[in-house]
Amino acid sequence: METLEQFIYYVTQNGGYIWVQFYRHFLMAAYGVLFAAIISIPLGILIAKYGKLSSWVLALGSIVQTIPALGAMAVIMIVLGLGTNTVIVTLMLYSILPIVQNTYVGMKDVDKTVIEAGFASGMTRFQLLRMVELPLAISVIMAGLRTALVIGIGIVAIGAFVGAGGLGAVILTGTNASDGTAIILAGAIPTALMAIIADLIMVWIERKLQPIKSSKSRAA
Amino acid sequence: MLEFHNVTKRYNNGKFAVNNLNLKIKKGEFICFIGPSGCGKTTTMKMVNRLIDITDGSILVDGKDIKDQDPVALRRSIGYVIQQIGLMPHMTIKENIVLVGTLLKWTKEKKEERARELLKLVDLPEEYLDKYPHELSGGQQQRIGVLRALAANPPLILMDEPFGALDPITRDSLQEEFKKLQRELNKTIVFVTHDMDEAIKLADRIVIMREGEIVQIDTPDEILRNPANEFVEEFLGKERLIQGRPDVTTVGQIMNSTPVTVQTGTTLKSAISTMRDKRVDSLLITDSDNVLKGYLDIEAINLNYKKANQVEEVMETKLYSVFQDSLLSDTVRKILRHGAQYVPVVDDQHRLVGIVTRATLATLVYDTIWGDGTELEEIISVAE
Repeated sequence: METLEQFIYYVTQNGGYIWVQFYRHFLMAAYGVLFAAIISIPLGILIAKYGKLSSWVLALGSIVQTIPALGAMAVIMIVLGLGTNTVIVTLMLYSILPIVQNTYVGMKDVDKTVIEAGFASGMTRFQLLRMVELPLAISVIMAGLRTALVIGIGIVAIGAFVGAGGLGAVILTGTNASDGTAIILAGAIPTALMAIIADLIMVWIERKLQPIKSSKSRAA
Repeated sequence: MLEFHNVTKRYNNGKFAVNNLNLKIKKGEFICFIGPSGCGKTTTMKMVNRLIDITDGSILVDGKDIKDQDPVALRRSIGYVIQQIGLMPHMTIKENIVLVGTLLKWTKEKKEERARELLKLVDLPEEYLDKYPHELSGGQQQRIGVLRALAANPPLILMDEPFGALDPITRDSLQEEFKKLQRELNKTIVFVTHDMDEAIKLADRIVIMREGEIVQIDTPDEILRNPANEFVEEFLGKERLIQGRPDVTTVGQIMNSTPVTVQTGTTLKSAISTMRDKRVDSLLITDSDNVLKGYLDIEAINLNYKKANQVEEVMETKLYSVFQDSLLSDTVRKILRHGAQYVPVVDDQHRLVGIVTRATLATLVYDTIWGDGTELEEIISVAE
């Protein structure tokens, strides 16, 4: 009971601060995933087209995924120094695999006969990509972005160790204070909420981008 | 319209998919390529719109070598229909139909108009324009697939077993619809199939292929009558060759050569007794040289019994006859069209040589279905 009271007290007293960190936290996660997407989606398309590369790229991605995030961040910090850049780069590294993987699967799953029909109707390679393959793969690609974003929100929390701020900083304050359970909760609960909300929003977008629509649902 | 000159496709491992193929296809012709799988029929078709590159030789479309044309522009100018249909699942039926129009940057109005116009050709309601492919049945989807190929009004359409994945009833109706459409629009069609019945039904000419080479090119009738070699015969199958046979059976082979006749000069009274003796209700009348003069049936006798005395006074002289070497199929058509009970068979001097009656035809149908009885006789003679 005491913890709850302390939690409420801390949140009411530091509402503005938590909100600023929440926002910062979200931006770092979003940027990381965004930059990762800029690299990963074309990479995924590339390896889907040139099959030989795919096993190499996916294996490399898996290896990166096995490195503990804290360790990777420490190494990157040596190069990039303290601050948000280190967090964003780390996050990028961890987002590449889910996005590349999903892009690859999404592109591979596009019905070959549809591609043949499009190509034989006189589409150029680029038109085929833009009008057929990407629209049909987009929801699977979005699922990759969703995974990356949810993982990313978790990783950004560690960013406090390299002085990047975010909700991790709130948690860190709690761990340093004696009897700081309430403060830890004030950092952890918003982090969890952010992950859940991000997931829900991405699921909603994913569904909106579902390529195979029904004329009835549109009418309704 | 479409010419193949020494067209050869060789794969990297040196195997020939198509070997030195020569063929000329006229405008508006419906050509079926048929053969066992791996015979090169699909490869041949795909070389036309450059989905597969030619190794040697040339293909001319409207006199222009396809190698000199931009492959993308070439493909847009040739219709293409595949077995798996391949409609874009994320596009509406309208967008699917005018896909090539979109690629050719037609205006919105033009696309809209063209889609409506085409949909009418296959008797689908206009609401379908805003539906998505998965909401249509397989047959309807393939109709849309055909319309997509027609959208930019290409003179030439390539079809790769387009009706192969449909159930037999849908396939039948689609084949008929499509054949009708093809005649109306006067399109040149290159149609790949492995279904002989389909080829016989649709094609103006059938190209039978085997191991990358043409075995026979002919009209369906000609192929059924004169298969080029054993391979073609085997490919056609016994059933079909037998089915093809009535077409070549002549009247002479099946006619009854002892028709009931009376000569001119016979009295009506004796004609009636002949009818009674032979149990017929109609008599053929000939002169002394056996030249067919007319016929007499029981009703004519009834009407004129009191007035007339001799057969030639009441006989009906308007009479359809056929020659001994006429094709049976034509004869059957004649009998059916005139609602006649029988057709007399005459030679070139109009002398009566036989008769084909409905009973003769019934016997023939019976023989075709249950065998002509000779097998049974053979078995008996062997047993003895």
